[in-house]
Amino acid sequence: MRYAMAVDTKKCVGCSDCVVACQTENNVPIGYCRDWIVEVTDGTYPQLEIEIRSERCNHCENAPCVRCCPTGASHYSDGGTVLVKKYHCIGCGACIASCPYDARFPHPEGYVDKCTFCLDNRVKKGMDPACVSVCPTKCLYFGDLDDPRSPVSQILKKRKYKTLIPEAGTKPHLYFLI
Amino acid sequence: MREEIITSGRMNPMIDPQLHIWHWHIPLYLFLGGLAAGILFFAALYTILGKEKENPTAVKIAPFITPILLVVGLFALFLDLNHQAYFWRLYTTIRLESPMSWGAWTLMVVTPISFIWCALNIKEIFPRWDWKFKFLYDLDAFFRKHLITMSWILLIFSLILGMYTGILFSAFNARPLWNTSILGPLFLTSGLSTGAAAIILMSKSHEERLRFARIDIMLIGIEMFLIVHMFMGFLASTQVHIEAAELFLGGPYTTPFWLFVFTLGLAVPAILEVLELRKFKVPFMIAPILVLMGGLLFRFIIAYAGQASRWLY
Amino acid sequence: MKTSRRQFIKTSSLYAGGLAMAGSGLKAASGLLKNLGGNVEGLSRTPTYCEICFWQCAGWVYKDDDGRIQKIIGNDDDPHCNGRLCPRGTGGVGMYHDEDRLKTPLIRRTVDGKQVFEEATWEEALDFIAEKMKSVAAEFGPECVVLFSHGSGGAHLGHMLKAFGSQSISAPSFAQCRGPREVAFLTTYGDIVYSPERTDIRDSRCLVFIGYHLGENMHNGQVQEMSDAIDKGATIITVDPRYSVAASKSKYWLPIKPATDLALLLSWIHVLIENGWYDKEYVEKYTFGFEQLREHVKQYTPEWAYGITTIDPNVIRRTAKEMYDASPAVIVHPGRHTTWYGDDTQRLRAVAILNAILGSWGRRGGFYFPERVQFPEYPTPAYPVPNRLPTEAYAGKYNLANEVVSNGICDATIPSVDSDCNFKVWLVNGTNLMLALPDQKKTLQAIQALELVVVIDTMPVEITGYADVVLPECTFLERYDMVRVSRHREPTLALRMPATEPKYHSKPGDWIARELGIRLGLAAYFPWKDMEEHLDWQLKQVGSSLEEMKRIGVKKFPRQYDDLYLHEGEDFFFNTNTGKIELYSTDMEEEGFPPLPVYTEHEQPPEGFYRLNYGRAPMHTFGRTANNPNLTDLMDENTLWVNPKVANLWGLENDQYIKLRNQDGIVSTFSIKVRITERIRWDSVYMVHGFGHDNKKLSRAHGRGINDTELITNVKIDPVMGGTGMRSNFVTFVFENDNAGEEVEA
Ligand SMILES: Nc1nc2c(c(=O)[nH]1)N[C@H]1C(S)=C(S)[C@@H](COP(=O)(O)OP(=O)(O)OC[C@H]3O[C@@H](n4cnc5c(=O)[nH]c(N)nc54)[C@H](O)[C@@H]3O)O[C@H]1N2
Ligand SMILES: Nc1nc2c(c(=O)[nH]1)N[C@H]1C(S)=C(S)[C@@H](COP(=O)(O)OP(=O)(O)OC[C@H]3O[C@@H](n4cnc5c(=O)[nH]c(N)nc54)[C@H](O)[C@@H]3O)O[C@H]1N2
Ligand code: SF4
Ligand code: SF4
Ligand code: SF4
Ligand code: SF4
Ligand code: SF4
Ligand SMILES: [Mo]
Repeated sequence: MRYAMAVDTKKCVGCSDCVVACQTENNVPIGYCRDWIVEVTDGTYPQLEIEIRSERCNHCENAPCVRCCPTGASHYSDGGTVLVKKYHCIGCGACIASCPYDARFPHPEGYVDKCTFCLDNRVKKGMDPACVSVCPTKCLYFGDLDDPRSPVSQILKKRKYKTLIPEAGTKPHLYFLI
Repeated sequence: MREEIITSGRMNPMIDPQLHIWHWHIPLYLFLGGLAAGILFFAALYTILGKEKENPTAVKIAPFITPILLVVGLFALFLDLNHQAYFWRLYTTIRLESPMSWGAWTLMVVTPISFIWCALNIKEIFPRWDWKFKFLYDLDAFFRKHLITMSWILLIFSLILGMYTGILFSAFNARPLWNTSILGPLFLTSGLSTGAAAIILMSKSHEERLRFARIDIMLIGIEMFLIVHMFMGFLASTQVHIEAAELFLGGPYTTPFWLFVFTLGLAVPAILEVLELRKFKVPFMIAPILVLMGGLLFRFIIAYAGQASRWLY
Repeated sequence: MKTSRRQFIKTSSLYAGGLAMAGSGLKAASGLLKNLGGNVEGLSRTPTYCEICFWQCAGWVYKDDDGRIQKIIGNDDDPHCNGRLCPRGTGGVGMYHDEDRLKTPLIRRTVDGKQVFEEATWEEALDFIAEKMKSVAAEFGPECVVLFSHGSGGAHLGHMLKAFGSQSISAPSFAQCRGPREVAFLTTYGDIVYSPERTDIRDSRCLVFIGYHLGENMHNGQVQEMSDAIDKGATIITVDPRYSVAASKSKYWLPIKPATDLALLLSWIHVLIENGWYDKEYVEKYTFGFEQLREHVKQYTPEWAYGITTIDPNVIRRTAKEMYDASPAVIVHPGRHTTWYGDDTQRLRAVAILNAILGSWGRRGGFYFPERVQFPEYPTPAYPVPNRLPTEAYAGKYNLANEVVSNGICDATIPSVDSDCNFKVWLVNGTNLMLALPDQKKTLQAIQALELVVVIDTMPVEITGYADVVLPECTFLERYDMVRVSRHREPTLALRMPATEPKYHSKPGDWIARELGIRLGLAAYFPWKDMEEHLDWQLKQVGSSLEEMKRIGVKKFPRQYDDLYLHEGEDFFFNTNTGKIELYSTDMEEEGFPPLPVYTEHEQPPEGFYRLNYGRAPMHTFGRTANNPNLTDLMDENTLWVNPKVANLWGLENDQYIKLRNQDGIVSTFSIKVRITERIRWDSVYMVHGFGHDNKKLSRAHGRGINDTELITNVKIDPVMGGTGMRSNFVTFVFENDNAGEEVEA
């Protein structure tokens, strides 16, 4: 089982609903976020192009954050998700410095927090992650790459996609449809 | 024009607008660790070589400060942790892939040895002291008997410690500036150089001072070579590395680095030491103080600039 | 403006009267929560519909184990949202948690020569208002009491006011918003577009957005359907001088020169007719005045339009062909906020005509015929017939306006020699007139002339600073409101019920209206025991019940008739003078306006000035969310979009704070952060409306960004329906005092 998410940059309107939904679903304190929106504009008026990406932890297959964690708090969990054990984390920040996507942040309580793919609170209960289920444009796809019928496998079969900084060697599991 | 912005207002503390998860604690910790490693290396080296007599400061006096350096360093590391109540988790597991982990364990080896080393020396300096308990005498005898073994262990672990201070950074391929294997040798060399400088400062023997000045000149030479090599490597690498190097070549860190670290912290003390060897009259304190300040600043700059350097996507 | 009789009170100078608030409230809000306690399962989620914009998506409010409102999730059965709220709805929790909310009634008093707000009990506040209303009614007639309202509270207060004898009820959602479109469609099709819009976007094959920035404008159902249409490969054509998000999703982006859209529309009509690219059968069967139209648009060639709009004639032809190829599954979207340049009804008439010749009205993928449940009112005595209708305030003007013109009421409040109809009391509910109405000076003049200003709001927004009495309404999460009876593909009802007790001393709108009504001697108009009984009675009339609605939140009903679209060859009577779709408008002709839209030229910015363009950000609704903790987290100030060429010319840098001065010398109160971006033209600057709040009580919103409204002093009134054209204002940069959040005190 390999959980993954695909983001359709052609449909995402950058509304940030996924960000608020994550915040209210996962009790992410105000002033912090596990996902965020990047807008890239290229060209000169009026020859323009915009790419809008809803970003979060890539749940890397080769995760530097897991590698550099001195306590094992950062670990691989079901379906290759990368999670943090709250009471193992000493808050040293090594994982934060090691993530090329700046996907992690220190929670005000001290441990490091980031996107969990909503594994325990939703996915294991058969629901989509909060951001996926709220997105008004339905541009987020989630599922198991090993299951050819999962929404994410289906859409990756149909569309061209890219990952972010593949050259960092992290093998990200967040795909951007282009 | 290309415009790339986060439109959801992300301002995660210590991450945005750029990474600043590590403040003064980590560079200080690395500096103190490197300095202690340098001192202990020379102490162990001259003990193994049997040259304790010629190098009394290196072997006996200077190591006295190492437990303090290490404890202060560890304390700085502790202060830097955001989840301090779980500090002990560092010592419930060994994770070889994590420099932070094996660094912590290396300190677990080096710190006690530094205490023992001091204890042995105290005994020598104050031979008339009554140690009260018999087991202390037994212990003393035990370590004295295995002094050379212990020195070898110390030699190796001080090298690991010195190296670790650089590898801690270089393991992060997310920060292009840090992501160079030169940082390990570079920080080790710098640690040895600051160790030598500390010994010079503390030494009362002219001979010993000159010997360490000679060593220091060599170390500074290596360091300067590694630095130039590092930048050449960056410039010959990918765009993100070029941009990392540009932080120092025209970017915000240009003056602090090239003036304060490279010139005042390396070149000037090297010249002063050469002059001293050539028997010019220069106050001997200046060069080592500059080396120590340069070493400290170097770690601060690498820590901060590294956090400012990032991948583009 | 005369020296303020009614000083602006920043609610921060609040004078605590030391009232014992406990026990001072009237009886607890009519057993509001009696069914909420005990039953843990019932506690886990309660239905509501969102009040953060007027799309009114239905959802579920979830509470955590401590009974704290944690999240709001869309109701899967609701066609407005299909289970997915927009960011503002999801962030609706912040409306409840916002600690800057209005907490207790306030009454303006003069203490040591300074006007301050004193905390009051509800009894005091309501008695005070009732006394004043009675005395004004006795002297000038009840029609002199006006209600400005936007949102759900209007139903309760409107009922109270009509019972009192006044029909003077108005909302900024007409003359500052949808008005021109509704009037244009009414005169063309005899029916309006409604809200939610009757656009069949999900099945459309070609979408044409003219200054309609879906994606930033988060009207949920339409954003969702636009995404579905993208999936199905629909062609999107966006006409916008700014590279909007919608433009970035479009096959064709037409970067039009601002204020010239009517030229483009006319030339599209020209191309379609010239080439025979129109639905001949449909035009033949259903429309009136095609020949006149054909003659009329002969002059409007793409080459002519090019000179005006700067849009390449070939692009005009190609996009016209795309529309035709997709027809009738094409939507030339009428937009929503349409009060731009003063000839807006005419521009929207051109849109209506374009749709008509493409045959999209009443067709799948075009505009469907919505249906709603016949939902009975709770029986109450008939309203007294008012002596005077509000439209008399602007008698002889705006005869085609199908709703009350807010600015007409505002103007008529200012005493003048030729007006015998002055309004004396304003009840302002859920609308921040200082942000909503352009030309603030006039609004203030009107306010100064009033005998009483009552503001019912949830937040200490600007307009509360001019109130004599401020009444804190609880948020939509803490109250019942009328059942949402929506007009859609399928008729649906949605229930809003309180998820929790009202915080502080706030009260629901229905309670406020009723208590005030009772004090005005109108108890007979409020015969229900409480809202639960009221709603239950209504719901039972349509075969549901409050109990059922609490469980399901949304109830869909089957359509009465199979008439979502026109049937092949169906005879259809349009509610116009001719019974046909009036390409040539007899209504307009009768009123002395051009029966076919004529292009008129609009002002362009003078040297050194830039057109002030404004719009929406997806995570905010006007000023209503500017202090919402969850949403300010996403965007806490507006920025000034400046083209790199302009930035270069003025030496502007990203993130620099500057002020703006408009053509009339008005300088913005606060400064705004510069965003240099290619997405805006070199002749305009752009900002999101709803920022630059100057009430210090709004701790997150105060002093953040610029309020575009204060710079909109050149207002182009649409002679057809009184709409306030707001886009003919020009600004230049002011560099002194460029500290963020620093206020220039007068
Ligand atoms: N300059 C400029 N002016 C504009 C526009 C623009 O884009 N630029 N847009 C125009 C358009 S399209 C419109 S529709 C109007 C909208 O104008 P308004 O209706 O005035 O807009 P809002 O900011 O939504 O104002 C709502 C007020 O209701 C309050 N409120 C929120 N929830 C509740 C509640 O539950 N109960 C009560 N009693 N009050 C509540 C809010 O605190 C806020 O003060 O503005 C128009 N004016
Ligand atoms: N997130 C969010 N969504 C909302 C609201 C909100 O407050 N927040 N408000 C809701 C309400 S009440 C309304 S009325 C709607 C309003 O939504 P719209 O009707 O889409 O809004 P406008 O403000 O008219 O449109 C702004 C767009 O018009 C463009 N524009 C400016 N001048 C011209 C011009 O001369 N020609 C053309 N072709 N385009 C021009 C601007 O560049 C901008 O992209 O949004 C609704 N949706
Ligand atoms: S909710 Fe969906 S459309 Fe909105 S920003 Fe997130 S991914 Fe994009
Ligand atoms: S994105 Fe960052 S935090 Fe997530 S798995 Fe990869 S390296 Fe770790
Ligand atoms: S901060 Fe926590 S999770 Fe991250 S590396 Fe340190 S211990 Fe591991
Ligand atoms: S998957 Fe869950 S945790 Fe991750 S961003 Fe989405 S909502 Fe947040
Ligand atoms: S569109 Fe958004 S703000 Fe408007 S009612 Fe729906 S959820 Fe609420
Ligand atoms: Mo509106």
